[in-house]
Formats: sequence, C-alpha cells, structure tokens
Amino acid sequence: MPLLDIRDLHVAFPSGRREVEALRGVDLTLERGERLGVVGESGAGKSMLAFAILDLIAPPGRITAGSIFFDGRDILRLPEPAIRDIRGNRISMIFQDPMMTLNPVLTIGTQMIETLRAHRDISKAAARRLSVERLKQVSIPSAESRIDAYPHELSGGLRQRVVIAIALLTEPEIIIADEPTTALDVTIQAEIMALILRLCRENNVGLILITHDLGVVAEVTERLMIMYAGLCVEAGPTRRLIDAPAHPYTRGLLGALPQKARRGARLDQIPGSMPPITALPSGCAYHPRCPLATARCAAEAPAFRAGVACHHAERAESRA
Amino acid sequence: MHILAFLIRRAVQALVVMFVISLIGFTIQSNLGDPLRELVGQSVSEAEREALRGEMGLKDPFAVQYARFLSKAVRGDLGTSYFFKRPALEVIADKFSATFELVIGATLIFVSLSVPAGIYCAINPQSWPARAIMSFSIIGISVPVFLTAIFLVWFFGVELGWLPAFGRGETLALPWGWETGFLTADGLAHLLLPSVTLSSIMLPLFIRLIRAEMMEAMGTEYVRFAQAKGLSPRRIRYVHAFRNTLLPVVTVGGLQIGTLIAYTILTETVFQWPGMGFLFLEAVNRVDTPLIIAYIIVVGLIFVIVNTIVDLIYTLINPMVKLPGARA
Ligand SMILES: Nc1ncnc2c1ncn2[C@@H]1O[C@H](COP(=O)(O)OP(=O)(O)OP(=O)(O)O)[C@@H](O)[C@H]1O
Ligand SMILES: [Mg+2]
Repeated sequence: MPLLDIRDLHVAFPSGRREVEALRGVDLTLERGERLGVVGESGAGKSMLAFAILDLIAPPGRITAGSIFFDGRDILRLPEPAIRDIRGNRISMIFQDPMMTLNPVLTIGTQMIETLRAHRDISKAAARRLSVERLKQVSIPSAESRIDAYPHELSGGLRQRVVIAIALLTEPEIIIADEPTTALDVTIQAEIMALILRLCRENNVGLILITHDLGVVAEVTERLMIMYAGLCVEAGPTRRLIDAPAHPYTRGLLGALPQKARRGARLDQIPGSMPPITALPSGCAYHPRCPLATARCAAEAPAFRAGVACHHAERAESRA
Repeated sequence: MHILAFLIRRAVQALVVMFVISLIGFTIQSNLGDPLRELVGQSVSEAEREALRGEMGLKDPFAVQYARFLSKAVRGDLGTSYFFKRPALEVIADKFSATFELVIGATLIFVSLSVPAGIYCAINPQSWPARAIMSFSIIGISVPVFLTAIFLVWFFGVELGWLPAFGRGETLALPWGWETGFLTADGLAHLLLPSVTLSSIMLPLFIRLIRAEMMEAMGTEYVRFAQAKGLSPRRIRYVHAFRNTLLPVVTVGGLQIGTLIAYTILTETVFQWPGMGFLFLEAVNRVDTPLIIAYIIVVGLIFVIVNTIVDLIYTLINPMVKLPGARA
C-alpha cells in the first residue's frame, strides 16, 4: 500500500452562481521515500493539489470529491485535530517565497519551537536545542545566534534554509515543496535544490516537488506527473517520460527534443496558453493547442489509461 | 544606550514642537483681550494705563515680549488666571487627574471592546453577530458625539435613573494632590457615562481597523505556513495574525490621541466633568486668556509625550524598526 494515495480529487471554487473546478479528478500515489515531480504550466492546479493534501484549500474553495489516503487513513474524513497531527508533523510543506513564508514579527526560534511543541511533548529548552541542530543541518552559519534573529535579518537564501529546517524539524514522512527555488536568486537555486535532495535521501523522506523546471525534475525525482487544466495528463518514471513522452503536452513542454530538458529550460515553447478554469474547452482541454487534435478530441475527454490521457498517445509516442 | 539615543532625539523633536506651540499661544495672547482691563478698575485714566503698559513691557517689541514669556514658561510660570487669581498652571494641574482618569476609562472601554469585536468580525465575517457589529460601527461613526452623550444622559441618567450623569462623584485624595475616582464606587459610577461617551468616538474606528488588519493578516502566506505547520487555530490567530495587526493599530491609535483629547472638551462639558476640558471651555467664555494659553501649552505637551510613548511602543513591537544604535 502506498504511503500517500489520492483518488479522484476534485477542488472547486464558486464563480457566480455555479462552481468551477480547479482540480477535476486527480490521482496520485507516493511510496515511502519516493520523490515525485509535479510539472505543468501556471494555473494547472499544482498548488491546489499541494494544499489539498493537507486539507488547507483556502475558502471559498473546497474539496468537492475524492479521497486522500495517508498511511491507510483518509485525511478528508479525519476530524480537524487529527489532521493537525499530520500537518507539519508527518507531512510538511516548503513554500515558494521565503520572504513571505516566515512571520515578520516572530523570531526564527519562536517559529521553530512552536512547530515542535505543537507536535511533541517537549520542553522549550529541548525544542530550542533541536532547532539549533536542524539549522546546522541546513548549513546556517552561527545557528546558535541566528535562531534569535528575525526573518528580515536573513537573506532570501538563508530564509529558505530556515523554512527547510522547519519542514524537517519533526522528521516528516513527506515534504511537499511548491516551487521552492523560484523566488530565489539564480545563483543559489541549485544549492537549495541540492540541499532538499540530500536531506530527503539521508532521512528517507518522500518528496513532492512542484516546479516549472524540467531540468531539476530530471535530476531530483524518480517519478513525474504532468498536469494540465486541473488534470493529470501523464504520469510515469521520470526517465521514461523525458525520453519518450506519450502525451503531446509533455512533448510540448520538453520541446521537440529530450535533450532540451536541461536546467533552466522554460516551459513556454507551446503556442497559446492554459485556459482559465472558468472557460475550459470541450473534450480534451489541451485540444486547442495540440498539433495532433482531431474532431474526437474536441468532442470527448480521453480517459487516463496506461499512464497517459490522450486519444493519440500511440501516435505521439511513435513520432517521439 | 540605544533607548537613550532614541529618547534624546525625540526630546529635541519635542522641544521644537513645544516651541512652535508656545509661539502660537503667545501670539494669541498678545492679540486677544487687554490684560489691563482685567487688572485695573474703570477709574484708572488712559494716561495711567499707558504708563502701566510701558511698565509691564507691553510696548516692547514682539520678540522681546515673547522671550520674556518663554523664559517664564520654562520655569513653569504660564501667567495668572484672571478669574481664579492663581497661577494658570496650578489651576490646570488641579483638573488634570479628572481628565486623565476620563481618558484612561474611555481607553480601557474601547480597547477591551474593539479588540475582541474586531477579531471576531475578521474570523467570522459572515455570521450575524459580525454583521450586526459592523452595522453598528457604521452608525457609530456617523452619530455625533453630543447626541450619544445626550442620549446616555437622558436614558441612563434621567429615564432609568441608574447612573449619575453629572460631576465626578466621590473622590479620594492621593499624594501629590491627585484626586482619584477609581477607588470609590461612587467615583466609578460617575465615570461610566462620560467614559462610554468618549470611547464611542474611538470604538467604531478601532473595530473596523482591527477587523480589516486582522483579515489581511489571516490571508497572508505566513499564516498559511503556520497552518501548514499544524499549529492550533488559537495560536495562528493570536500569535501569528494578531501580533501583526498591532503595528498598524498602534500607529493609528497614536494619531487618534489628539482627537481623543479634543473630545474631552465636549464630553466634560456635557457631563459637567471637572476636568481640563471643561475648565478650558469656561476659560474661553470668560476670556481668561492666560488660562487658555496655559491649556493649549499643557495639552501640546501631553500630546508630545504620549506620541513619544506610542513611538517607543511601536519600535518595541516592530522588529523591522530598530532603535538607532541597536544591534542589526
Ligand atoms: N481563490 C481562487 N478562486 C478562484 N480560482 C482560483 C483561486 N485560487 C486559484 N484559482 C484557480 O485555480 C487554478 C489552479 O491554481 P494553482 O494555484 O493551483 O495553479 P499552479 O499550477 O500552482 O500555478 P503556478 O505555477 O502559477 O503556481 C488556476 O486556474 C487559478 O486561477
Ligand atoms: Mg502554484
């Protein structure tokens, strides 16, 4: 049984008198210690998925259907205190922008110690010792004094290290990292990514890495999930997807050639843009931008079969 | 050390402000009323008056007169009240405790009501109590204070007869001539209606401010991160979100101190509260110029001191603003 098993997850927002779906039935599994990449253009629903896993969709958005089994229990059927036991304890999150993630009026130490004490029966002194230790693990210089600093006294890179240290505090089983390096200076992006990878490997922590950067995904993750307009359109081993993408969208993301999947490659080669969730095309949501689209694609949404949701998966593969 | 540097800098600023206030005060005094009319009787001839004016230095150039005024002022001599025939500062000092306790009472009321009400409205914006509180605050902002005051006097004072509506009631004498109404039941009963009236100016404003700031804080990334850390809703609300609303609330609160002091005049007059504001209005009616000037200068001083305290609090609760010389 996988550690995390999401089935048919739907998330909707009210829009006028009806509801529009940001996630339209997403499946996802993650084994213990496995690293999964989630890739897709802006608006695909990647962050929705991340927050849904912790049942933290901000109102008025809500999870309308589906199940999220974590360690055998459906998070969506747990009472709030039981979910809080999982949040930040067994599943923790790393946000995109470290400038906004930490509370400006609380010291680093306060924000670490409170996390430990929310989940462990531990004295303040012991929590502080453990926090300093974690800060050292993420290579924060002079951790003993930095723990009393306020966030604004640290650089962006250091702040993200603090966020990573907080995510690791409680020895979680899964870390969800939502574009953890996008907001950082290019020169330190690789450093931070390497740190996350090393820590996940060393501690056998599962990772869900949300990113726009296929080069990073290729280096860090074992499995890949491609999202488009609230759906998973293709999933499988990272290597296989990059070497032989089956979905035209995956192919589009990679550019025509797999070699293009290098660090920093932008996902903007596909003409057109992701449709807003309020105006999804009929049939396969990708068909208006797809080079292989036929009348059937506009009429009928393809089912997700053998790791891909496309009427023309074979043709795409044979061309690759 | 850095607190000292901060205080010195603020003291210099305060001196400049006080200098300007004293200049304004003196200009008013030298243009308002004729001190001789108050000092001498009708029988004194015009020639004698002229001579007296020369003796009193009233014919000296403005700058010389002002310098004389200032040098007396720093020694605590703001002139003698025409009406009370006592040093103006002394007359005001006698009334200070009444105004101070009124302001403290009003502040306690509006802070203890607006904080929970603002937080509640931010967290349950759609609930009916929240809607009721917000409607009340819109009405509250638009009702003039004297109407509130007159209504309270009529309803609780006259109609129900529950609460005294005039004066300070029984007070206790404390050291340094301080008269307190806080320590007697009668004093507290007398304090209730005036301080409710005075707080009614601030209450709607602060409820709306705290609600708006709290809602903004609840939508921030750091609150989402706090949620993702698995913290309790209580901790998220009060430690993460509310702490961040304190900064703007203290800032606006500091700006409103002037309004609060201004409204003590009206409140004290309606309730015959024997404070500085009531005294000031009487002084205006009697054209008691030295007392008017002394009031303006004392209130200016209070304003400057309170603002410095607010700034100090602001720096203490905002880690982004370091006092000059503090460790970065
Ligand atoms: N509060 C909201 N109300 C309505 N729609 C929303 C809301 N928040 C997000 N959405 C919509 O949900 C969809 C998915 O958003 P999401 O933030 O998950 O995208 P994403 O894949 O993370 O994009 P990015 O790469 O830009 O972070 C988007 O189309 C977005 O417009
Ligand atoms: Mg996102």
